[in-house]
Amino acid sequence: MCIKQVPGVSEVKIDPKTNTLVREGVKSIINPNDRNALELALTLKEEHKVEVIALSMGPPQAEEALREALAMGIDRAFLLSDRAFAGADTLATSHTLALAIKKILKEFNSEEKYLIICGAQAVDGDTGQVPPELAEELGIPQITYVQNIELSEDKIVVERKFRATEIVVIETKLPALISVLIDINKPRFPSMVGIMKAYEKANVVYFDSNALNADKSKIGLNGSMTEVEKIFFPERKVNPIMIEGSAEEIVQKLCQYLKNDKVF
Amino acid sequence: MSIIIDEELCTGCANCIESCMYDAIELDNNIAKVLPNCTLCRACIETCPEEAISIEHEEVKTQEIDISQFKGVWVVAEHYKKKIQNVSFQLLSKGRELADLLQVKLSFVLLGKDFDDELEELSLNGMDEIIYIKSPILKDYYSDLYTKVITELVIENKPEIILIGATPTGRDFAPRVAKRLNAGLTADCTGLEINLETRNLLQTRPTYGGSIMATIRTPSNRPQMATVRAGIFNMPEKVKKNVNIRKIEYQFEEKDSVSKIVKIISKTKSNVNIEDAKFIVAGGRGVGSREGFRIIEELADVLDAELGGSRITVELNWLDPDRQIGQTGKTVSPKLYIACGISGAIQHIVGMQNSEIVVAINKDPNAPIFNWAHYGIVGDLHEIIPVLIQEFKKLKSEE
Ligand SMILES: Cc1cc2nc3c(=O)[nH]c(=O)nc-3n(C[C@H](O)[C@H](O)[C@H](O)COP(=O)(O)OP(=O)(O)OC[C@H]3O[C@@H](n4cnc5c(N)ncnc54)[C@H](O)[C@@H]3O)c2cc1C
Ligand SMILES: Nc1ncnc2c1ncn2[C@@H]1O[C@H](COP(=O)(O)O)[C@@H](O)[C@H]1O
Repeated sequence: MCIKQVPGVSEVKIDPKTNTLVREGVKSIINPNDRNALELALTLKEEHKVEVIALSMGPPQAEEALREALAMGIDRAFLLSDRAFAGADTLATSHTLALAIKKILKEFNSEEKYLIICGAQAVDGDTGQVPPELAEELGIPQITYVQNIELSEDKIVVERKFRATEIVVIETKLPALISVLIDINKPRFPSMVGIMKAYEKANVVYFDSNALNADKSKIGLNGSMTEVEKIFFPERKVNPIMIEGSAEEIVQKLCQYLKNDKVF
Repeated sequence: MSIIIDEELCTGCANCIESCMYDAIELDNNIAKVLPNCTLCRACIETCPEEAISIEHEEVKTQEIDISQFKGVWVVAEHYKKKIQNVSFQLLSKGRELADLLQVKLSFVLLGKDFDDELEELSLNGMDEIIYIKSPILKDYYSDLYTKVITELVIENKPEIILIGATPTGRDFAPRVAKRLNAGLTADCTGLEINLETRNLLQTRPTYGGSIMATIRTPSNRPQMATVRAGIFNMPEKVKKNVNIRKIEYQFEEKDSVSKIVKIISKTKSNVNIEDAKFIVAGGRGVGSREGFRIIEELADVLDAELGGSRITVELNWLDPDRQIGQTGKTVSPKLYIACGISGAIQHIVGMQNSEIVVAINKDPNAPIFNWAHYGIVGDLHEIIPVLIQEFKKLKSEE
């Protein structure tokens, strides 16, 4: 399963005077959706005796996210970290993740039967593009926006939310990739024992671009097809008409304005 | 590859530190220093008043492709129960604009089963061509079949721009197609423009939780792909003109799809469709409680409006998740949007900024929502809304 460490900014606001970002409580966290992916992986582990491996691409500090996943009960953790990976768009990110997944599958002799679980989207970039791109690169089917899953010997049956009020039930063969929504489960908290184990015994394995035998033109900024032309603060409309007076007066005036605007 | 700080120009103002979502810049001897956890996101570059920050990146030679061979704008249709979804029409109207600027054809790509009788009606939506891929299995959406057909069509026809609805369907196949073609894809765009010199599509989208906007381009490859939510662009005007219809009966093989649809479950709940609502009354944390939401509902009722709200109200269980408006919820564009007790965080704004008329009720005169409202009322919503309900009832009975 793939987890991403993201800035844990609960409230980002813009200071109206200086037009700069005001951040409250910056602390890196596991992407909320990926916690659901973790929880799902752990339930599957309990029910089916499978081995759960977590993978993350990011700066060295993303090791914290993987330690937390270890504390929750995953078996192994891999961190893909290299300056050469930085600046990746979703194409380059999914390529890097795929290289690592192929390498790990080979080591574990499990190229035939596996399930990749991702979060439906990450809160920082918020694209949801990495999971389908990863599935394509691995050449396996994908089911995104999953709300429920049943795993059996060589297939999965999942419920995919595809409209506000509709769910489609899809069956597919393993290996496959799914991306999960926030409502699929309630993620557990790490246990004390888990935390101690994660910090004392367990080990996070690092891969850099050499370990992955990566083609430099396919990773990081170089492997990205999209580039940022500019970043700016959203433009704001100015000068609303402020309506004042008693509640009755306000309502009278508002209705007059709305009538003039032909809203009614 | 790294962010470079020009030490001569840096004044130690720390603007860049504020802008960094990853805590990857610090002041060292009153000069900004970039730490190893920098993700090269570039947010700092724009905020530096001295232009002391730049990005250095060693170009690795990649295969050059001849981008001038790619011509035309495509919109991929989304349909459900034989009905083309509004987002597809909205993309056609934006697509028309882009195609006219670029002086190329606008094509509507439709994968489906029985649209033969609808094509004439569809052709009133401003496209130059309809590419209709017909097969019984395309009645429903299959990610592998869509990916296969669309990539094949792209390779054969070489469009320069492909626009897709940012729905659970579009967001499922678009990345897969992009990967197969090695094409750049930008999710959830809120603005699309053309740089006529380079013919690059300039794709603007909220990023980092919507607190900043980024304009993204794909300079060296084609097609340029973008997904867009419903409600961002307007519906097209109907026009009568000659539309070339290319119908292709497609034969799939068994092996083309590994997945199969077992069944489709509709939740019995009434269909919430706030994307197309004409009036919306939305509540925020300022409403105070679940019970408090009743007056918001009542106001919505007298106006025949849909009910909406901020993310917090959904998190607090005051509101149905399908009614959340904003970056992680729905994008709406009603004629009238009444925001009650909503502060106006940018994540909320990106979902409702296309509303024609916005009325904001908030007791804090400095609430950012007033920067986006046409009419602002500073006051307690619990005092104002009941009076408003009475007045609207009166208006209604007069009609
Ligand atoms: C990645 C990410 C994605 C997000 N996506 C979304 C999204 O899609 N949609 C969304 O809405 N938010 C989203 N958010 C959350 C967003 O940042 C804000 O936290 C949220 O919109 C605030 O909701 P609010 O305005 O209801 O609450 P608050 O910010 O708490 O504002 C409440 C307002 O009510 C006013 N008020 C209080 N009492 C009264 C009263 N009696 N009468 C009148 N006014 C009163 C207050 O003055 C205040 O302005 C997202 C955040 C992140 C980080
Ligand atoms: N750098 C990364 N490392 C590991 N997993 C990632 C990374 N980026 C994205 N993912 C996975 O892809 C999902 C969707 O991310 P995104 O496409 O960025 O919205 C996340 O929830 C993760 O499961």
